[in-house]
Amino acid sequence: MNTASGKSKFAIEVEGVECRYGERVVLTNVSFAVKPSEIFFIIGGNGCGKSTLLRHLIGLKQPVQGQVKYFGRDFTHADRAGRQELLRTFGVLYQNGALWSSMTLAENVALPLELYTQLDRRERARIVSLKLAQVGLAGLEDYYPVELSGGMKRRAGLARALALDPAIVFFDEPSAGLDPITSLKLDELIRQIRDTLGTTIVIVSHELPSIFDIADRVVMIDSGARGVIAEGEPNQLREASPDQRVREFLNRRVAAVQQQQGILHP
Amino acid sequence: MASPIIITPAQVATSRDGEVVMLCLSGNWQITASPPRWEQPALDRPLRRIVLQAAAIGDWDSSLALYLSAARTWSGQQGVELVEQGVPAEVGRLAALLAPKPTPPAPQPQLADLVASVGQATHQLWQETKDLAQLLGECAYSLGRFIRGQAQFRWRDCFTEMQQCGALALPIVGLISFLVGVIMAYQAAVQLRQFGADIYVADLVGLSVVREMGPMMAAIVLAGRTGAAFAATLGNMQANEEIDALETLGVSPIDFLVMPRIMALFLMMPLLALYADFLGIMGGLVVTASILDIPSSLYWIETKSIIDLSDLSTGLIKAATFGLIIGLCACLRGLQAERSAVGAGRAATAAVVTSTLLIIVSDAVFAVIFNILGW
Repeated sequence: MNTASGKSKFAIEVEGVECRYGERVVLTNVSFAVKPSEIFFIIGGNGCGKSTLLRHLIGLKQPVQGQVKYFGRDFTHADRAGRQELLRTFGVLYQNGALWSSMTLAENVALPLELYTQLDRRERARIVSLKLAQVGLAGLEDYYPVELSGGMKRRAGLARALALDPAIVFFDEPSAGLDPITSLKLDELIRQIRDTLGTTIVIVSHELPSIFDIADRVVMIDSGARGVIAEGEPNQLREASPDQRVREFLNRRVAAVQQQQGILHP
Repeated sequence: MASPIIITPAQVATSRDGEVVMLCLSGNWQITASPPRWEQPALDRPLRRIVLQAAAIGDWDSSLALYLSAARTWSGQQGVELVEQGVPAEVGRLAALLAPKPTPPAPQPQLADLVASVGQATHQLWQETKDLAQLLGECAYSLGRFIRGQAQFRWRDCFTEMQQCGALALPIVGLISFLVGVIMAYQAAVQLRQFGADIYVADLVGLSVVREMGPMMAAIVLAGRTGAAFAATLGNMQANEEIDALETLGVSPIDFLVMPRIMALFLMMPLLALYADFLGIMGGLVVTASILDIPSSLYWIETKSIIDLSDLSTGLIKAATFGLIIGLCACLRGLQAERSAVGAGRAATAAVVTSTLLIIVSDAVFAVIFNILGW
């Protein structure tokens, strides 16, 4: 288990981050913190900037202002070596798995091990088998991504994200486009990973069943407010959030006046 | 016995009673069965009210909403009262969605300002030059890491690409070079024969092929074949977030994806150019042997006597540079691709156009340089 050295009591600290998409400011002054071994959701409506925020958290985009810290260490302003080291503390599961299509599943999962460990080929193969078994894809080592279904691709992507036993795993819309049973199984798998390895989990999603099923805490962002409008436990927010937008979102219900507008246009 | 489905076409019966027009709608209103369109009643006599009677309609779809909306709009504009009878409430709501709403004024089309267009094109060219220079810089940096053994370079990928752009390109490069040799020999033969200088066909073909056409033809074929493939592959990887996955793993896409491809082209292009040179000369040999009655051995000896190492090295230097250009342009376009299905296609097209253009430009620059150097 990769428990990055650090004295902070938080796995991730986001402090006053401003995200832009081109010239457009998408989110401003975003701050929250994620505790170790927590399943934390970043939620919000379509186009509110959830995925953009995720891209800033994992270093694909640089925040214009503010900083992101992992285990107390500044990731945003780290030098090349520090950044490389911090990158190894987390894994990312992209929306469609983002498996390298020219490689087999085994090669996909083995690549991080090849790059960052001294293990020999046989040991790597054993770890690959373990990781694939962990996500329920045992025996599919020699398959290419194109031969897998959407759900299997995501599982394989998860196996790759877990290859180096990272302390944090980010998920970008893990349930999007999956049937309810596959989605439920994926949620169970996520919880199992957290329970077994103590991994911190950060999920960008708007799937209410998943949120109420596995989230310890959520942060909700809103396109109108261009930032965080609520943070807390999902059930508590659903019942008692002072913000109407949060209650509407989590209860999947809109105010009666809006509902009556038109048949096709909400 | 199953009865055939009878579809009653939609109809509008119009009748007039003084200042009131009665429109009786009947039949099945289906958008695929050319339903009647709204026709405005004659206004030669005063009109106070239109009664739209829709109690007799069968099935209906959006076409009825369209008709109703047109009737509402017209009567609103003319100040005529519209009475709807028996119109399904859902149709009324659908028609309401079509009610005219205030729309923002459309931007006035402006004639393209010549100065602005030139300015924009220049700015874009400058931006693209900077992007290319940046990629070149990053590749040089990556090469430094590679030499120090710190790059995450995969030889296996490099060998696969070498096979793709080298061995597998041999048939097409060979055919085209051979035919170019044939064409050049024919053209030269027609002219030189008039002066009895038939044997100099060998000199002309040999020198042109080795110095210019061999590397050029190999490069053009590779730009279309391999350059497009590289750009499309990287574009697809971009759309599929595969490049993001590499970056979050701390792997430089330049080390991992770009360098093996550029290296493969850089190493394979000179070999392909040599092969193209040989087949181009063979093309010339076949033509002279068949139509000019010059023995093959004589042609070969003449070719050997005129081509020296400087000609050969000129061609090889060009070929390696062309390989570099194709690799850089293809990878740049692939990495710049939009994250969509069309992005990869556009990247492939742009890669071929850019690399072909730069190949020709650099060839012209080489011509000047080699002329100054006296090679």
